[in-house]
Amino acid sequence: MSAIKIRLKENDLQQLKDVCKSFNNEEGELINVLHKAQGIFGYLPAEVQEVVARQLKISVAKVYGVVTFYSFFTMVPRGRYPISVCTGTACYVRGAEKVLDEFKRLIKVPVGETTPDGKFSIAGLRCVGACGLAPVVLIGDKTYGRVAPDGVRKILKEYDDK
Amino acid sequence: MGKLKVKIDNKLVEVEQGTTILEAARKVDVDIPTLCYMNLGDMDIEHKPGGCRICVVEVEGRRNLAPSCATDCYDGMNVKTHSIRVMNARRTVLELMISDHPFECLTCAKSGNCDLQSTAIKLGIREINYPGEKSTYKPDFSPAIIREMDKCIMCRRCEKMCNEVQTVGVLSGINRGFEAVVAPAFERDLDHSECTYCGQCVAVCPTAALTEVDHTNQVLRALADPSKTVVVQTAPAVRAALGEEFGMEPGTLVTGKMVAALRQLEFDYVFDTDFAADLTIMEEGAEILSRLSRHLSGDTSVKLPILTSCCPGWVSFFEHHFPDLLDVPSTARSPQQMFGSIAKTYFAEKIKTDRKDMVVVSIMPCVAKKYECTREEFSVDGNPDVDYSISTRELANLIKRANIDFNKLPDEEFDAPMGESTGAGVIFGATGGVIEAAVRSAYELYTKETLEKVDFEQLRGMEGIREATVDFNGFPLKIGIANGLGNARKLLDEVRSGKSEFHAIEIMACPGGCIGGGGQPLHHGNSAILKERQKAIYREDANKPLRKSHENPSIIKLYEEYLGEPLGEKAHHLLHTKYFRRGRTICIEPDVKEAE
Repeated sequence: MSAIKIRLKENDLQQLKDVCKSFNNEEGELINVLHKAQGIFGYLPAEVQEVVARQLKISVAKVYGVVTFYSFFTMVPRGRYPISVCTGTACYVRGAEKVLDEFKRLIKVPVGETTPDGKFSIAGLRCVGACGLAPVVLIGDKTYGRVAPDGVRKILKEYDDK
Repeated sequence: MGKLKVKIDNKLVEVEQGTTILEAARKVDVDIPTLCYMNLGDMDIEHKPGGCRICVVEVEGRRNLAPSCATDCYDGMNVKTHSIRVMNARRTVLELMISDHPFECLTCAKSGNCDLQSTAIKLGIREINYPGEKSTYKPDFSPAIIREMDKCIMCRRCEKMCNEVQTVGVLSGINRGFEAVVAPAFERDLDHSECTYCGQCVAVCPTAALTEVDHTNQVLRALADPSKTVVVQTAPAVRAALGEEFGMEPGTLVTGKMVAALRQLEFDYVFDTDFAADLTIMEEGAEILSRLSRHLSGDTSVKLPILTSCCPGWVSFFEHHFPDLLDVPSTARSPQQMFGSIAKTYFAEKIKTDRKDMVVVSIMPCVAKKYECTREEFSVDGNPDVDYSISTRELANLIKRANIDFNKLPDEEFDAPMGESTGAGVIFGATGGVIEAAVRSAYELYTKETLEKVDFEQLRGMEGIREATVDFNGFPLKIGIANGLGNARKLLDEVRSGKSEFHAIEIMACPGGCIGGGGQPLHHGNSAILKERQKAIYREDANKPLRKSHENPSIIKLYEEYLGEPLGEKAHHLLHTKYFRRGRTICIEPDVKEAE
């Protein structure tokens, strides 16, 4: 059928099906399945959602509903170095918004998007539980504490050759 | 367990455990306003998300107000349904809802028939104290249904119908907070989804967020064009419901008045889809018998059970969800399309008119029929067999617009020849009717004996899935009937797994069959109305002098003069169709493509 396009690679597909299977293809495990899937692919493109829907025997609309409900899930590929600026209460009152603005200014993309070279993506996130270090920034697995707007350029410099 | 004693507005009521405050209140005639709540009792469809908070009441000893649709009674409960606190809360909730709703009631398609509007009237809303941002969405125009989600109040009734009742799974709540809306996956438009256009979402939408595409203006233009011969056909279920739009009791038959109204609207020929329903039986009945006799003579390649194919919502459903079973349904076109095809060939020749100068309009209880007449296979060189399909509601609208006093119209008769029909054609309008009509004819053709008792009570009813065995002179013909696509899916799953024991299955997409169609006057959740319509259909059947399709003189003549034999070459060309695999979505893995 001409309407069908298969965009997922065979081994990606198998990996995704294995994830579903590890949760017994249970409808109630949708969020866990999506969480794992995003861990593998970095994001949740339409194709991934369709496979998950098929495996869990639920409608794609329902899967899409869950993906769009939780801000954790994204349909846009994240950068190799995803930047998360905590905007929880403690970080916010200590100037997280200005830090976020500085990141946006320097990498030239708005929140929720990825730089054209796929290097950085930027997102706000709610409290990471490290309020003592406020304002907190995460880049990949690395944590930066007490970040000030004028320190942002220096942080980004660490990734210059990567 | 004993009964619970509950006091509602100082009225005592005794209820069973598990009864909600709303149900208890209705028992003692206390009216609590509702908005998102929906209960189609007989069809076992209840929707009480407790989301809109219009039905809140005050329960003595409880800190906050309780949503009455979703709160169970307990013994000794004392409920106040219209205290100042309750009334203020309802008003605030409704004002907030309306503050994010377009103020275009005067020109809105649902004006006068809108639950949000009637609730605002009931609660006496005169101003909105919450000016603020309004959510806006791109409107979605499909061949049959319009989605204008600016008008959505998130009651999620449509979601209930689409997912749980019909199991079509196109609509879901997406996004959150202010951006939350009901939409197909990836916010595609309906035309690029698996939507079957059954219209049940339209039938339950409290506002104009979901409406049918309005074709009344095109019909009026055709009527005003002197170069066009405009032919109209009316589906069986329309006559049993149209009266409701003019204040008549549900179940009032208005066949004669409907014909008179159509003549006053200046249709050139007022014909009946029932005629085409009789024709459908000739073809479908012959097909059932042909498959059956091949099966009985030991041909294992023959596909049984045979499935009816009159319902376009159902046809879309199996094309999308059961593409591996495309050779199981009957190939007979629906009555609407058989009518169009015969009108623009046989009848066009009779009145010496070119098909291009002919406009065929159908009045249908249905939304999917609009989509059906746009299907390419039902046209000749781009000229569709049926030009416009309008719903029962749209016809009522046309009659009102033309200032016709419907209630005072005389009873008139359909024109000949395509207005002649039998009782078998009429019962197509109710679930079980198509198969009953088929049995009436197939019995006589199979046994070569006269069928004395034409009423097959065992095939009638409202239950979602029914089964019956009809004795064909010693041969037990096993029949299955499903109404509502969720029920159809259950029978289809059995067919797919080879477990189905039936010889023939009738399927209608809408609960109750066409009488409960997506294009009918809104029943606002009152399923008693559907029962009355159903009774009306069988009353019309009982009153017909002829009740077997193959006895219809105009049908006999049509075969003699034009078609030849049922399933013959000409009949095949004009009255049969084929089905298509519909692309489910953008990607399907090769190994789960569900049985090529």
